[in-house]
Amino acid sequence: MSAALEPEVGAATAEEPATGSRAWRFVRRNPTIVVGGLILALVLGAALAAPLLAPIDPLEINVLVRLQGPSAEHPFGTDHLGRDIWSRTVHGGKVSLLVGASVAVISSALGLFIGLVAGYITIVDRIVMRIMDGLMSIPSILLAIALMALAGSSIGNVIFAITVSEVPRVTRLVRGIVLSVREEPFIEAAVASGTRTFWIIVRHILPMTVAPLIVQATYVSAAAIISEAYLSFLGAGTPPEVPSWGNVVAEGRDFFPIAPWLILVPSAFLAMTVLAVNMLGDGLRDTLDPRIARRM
Amino acid sequence: MLTYVIRRLISTIPVLVVVALFVFLLLHLGPGDPAAIIAGDFATPEHIAQIRAKLGLDRPLHVQFFEWAGRLVQGDLGVSIFSNVPVATLIHQRLEPTLTMTVTTILFAVAVAIPSGVIAAWRRGRLADRVVMVLAVTGFSLPVFVLGYVLIYLLSIKAGMFPVQGYVPLKEGVWACLRSLALPSMSLGLVLVALIARMTRASMVEVLNQDYIRTARAKGLAPSPILIIHALKNAGIPIVTTVGLAVAVLIGGVVVTESVFAIPGIGRLTVEAILQKDYPVIQGVILVFSFVYVLVNLLIDMSYGLFDPRIRYDG
Repeated sequence: MSAALEPEVGAATAEEPATGSRAWRFVRRNPTIVVGGLILALVLGAALAAPLLAPIDPLEINVLVRLQGPSAEHPFGTDHLGRDIWSRTVHGGKVSLLVGASVAVISSALGLFIGLVAGYITIVDRIVMRIMDGLMSIPSILLAIALMALAGSSIGNVIFAITVSEVPRVTRLVRGIVLSVREEPFIEAAVASGTRTFWIIVRHILPMTVAPLIVQATYVSAAAIISEAYLSFLGAGTPPEVPSWGNVVAEGRDFFPIAPWLILVPSAFLAMTVLAVNMLGDGLRDTLDPRIARRM
Repeated sequence: MLTYVIRRLISTIPVLVVVALFVFLLLHLGPGDPAAIIAGDFATPEHIAQIRAKLGLDRPLHVQFFEWAGRLVQGDLGVSIFSNVPVATLIHQRLEPTLTMTVTTILFAVAVAIPSGVIAAWRRGRLADRVVMVLAVTGFSLPVFVLGYVLIYLLSIKAGMFPVQGYVPLKEGVWACLRSLALPSMSLGLVLVALIARMTRASMVEVLNQDYIRTARAKGLAPSPILIIHALKNAGIPIVTTVGLAVAVLIGGVVVTESVFAIPGIGRLTVEAILQKDYPVIQGVILVFSFVYVLVNLLIDMSYGLFDPRIRYDG
């Protein structure tokens, strides 16, 4: 309004409120992305700054202060070996985030490649999808447990085991998109104008998979963080000498009635992180592609 | 109908074969000599040779597979390395706690999730809908053991309402058994509640937007509970499909829940087998759970006709 009356002032000032309100509008429209992203940024920051935030060595054993409740020196108490729970929790976040991110990236890349090939080459499709159906019939935690029992505990093996159980879901998603996009008129036009298959896949089909793939990768990383915690909790995950949230909870089990903080503190961090990733996923899904159904 | 059932049964065979092949190959895919891995770090060469002979690992791979598969078809899952008891017997001994727990969990989940999902769809955009959806995301994000320990802390240790851990067999009284399963079922069931409630809401919203519902409302019919129930039947197929797929989540959760609550079921058997590297037991458990999962989803496929009589199984 005032801009119309005073164009020389309006031109200068109208810019700022516009960008400000655009950012605010994004926050208002996508509260889940913002809240999820903020929590995740906090957890990531805490994990990266772990030596600063928790200067006590998470592996340092001090039997004199075993099973102590929260105090000034140990804000979340100590475990049965006198190790600092705050320290172990903050350092444990690194494992969860590393596993979550790695599994999401590797399984998306593998699933994308296999899905694109299967969607285009019928003979590959028949064989690959049979294998994927079989893999998907094995409940994913059991599949990961079996792989871990053989491979031995290490963070690399945890990432591998969880990736194997997540790849079929990504593959199925990508293949589904390829099969439906292939029938679109613009692909027919590209074929008719003589575009080579490789370029059709790269230029026209690949871009259609990006949005759903990002959403799926977010959910995959949430599932991977939970799987890592389960594997470590069951004694088939991250090696016991590395603090991870699942390990800390597993070690606190026997002392839970007298020292509940042993389990409640890492659990709270775990639940909050997974919740943040899932909120981010829901928000991205609603923004990027409302049609994707939530995966199982 | 019968031809459809037979066709569906036949179509599951390739899936089951892939599962069996994969479970068989598990032992051979890993790095190094499986016999040495099973024997552990401090095994003598004789011990390793003994395990190799016992598992038949000294023969060619295809011979091993066909012998193993041949026994599998007859229901022989092999023998535990650790206890020398047949794996089928071990699973049978541990079946009751796991079976009762999964049944109570599914009943709990369905009883909570479907009404919540229906209410959320009915009041969509309002407070009730928001509350249900926030709870659903939270439930989906809470690892089973987190909820399990919080419930033990609040309801068992603080309030003394439930036993802290352990399982009371059915034959010692149905009520005592259910009491011992209350907390495990709640912790295990919350993920299912979240999944099923979300799908119920989505499916109901879809049905409530259909023309015939709009016509009914235009004629002056209030969105009464009766109307909601009629709509629910039409929204049924995606919901039961979700229940079927959620069985995979349930099975994974069983292993963790039984560890949290010290329930001597198949999940505990699995964890003990991992720690002892008792590979025939791990293979047996995976096979049984996967077959159950495939079977449940087959049955659910066949139930579609109950919800929508237009679905016919001939042709």
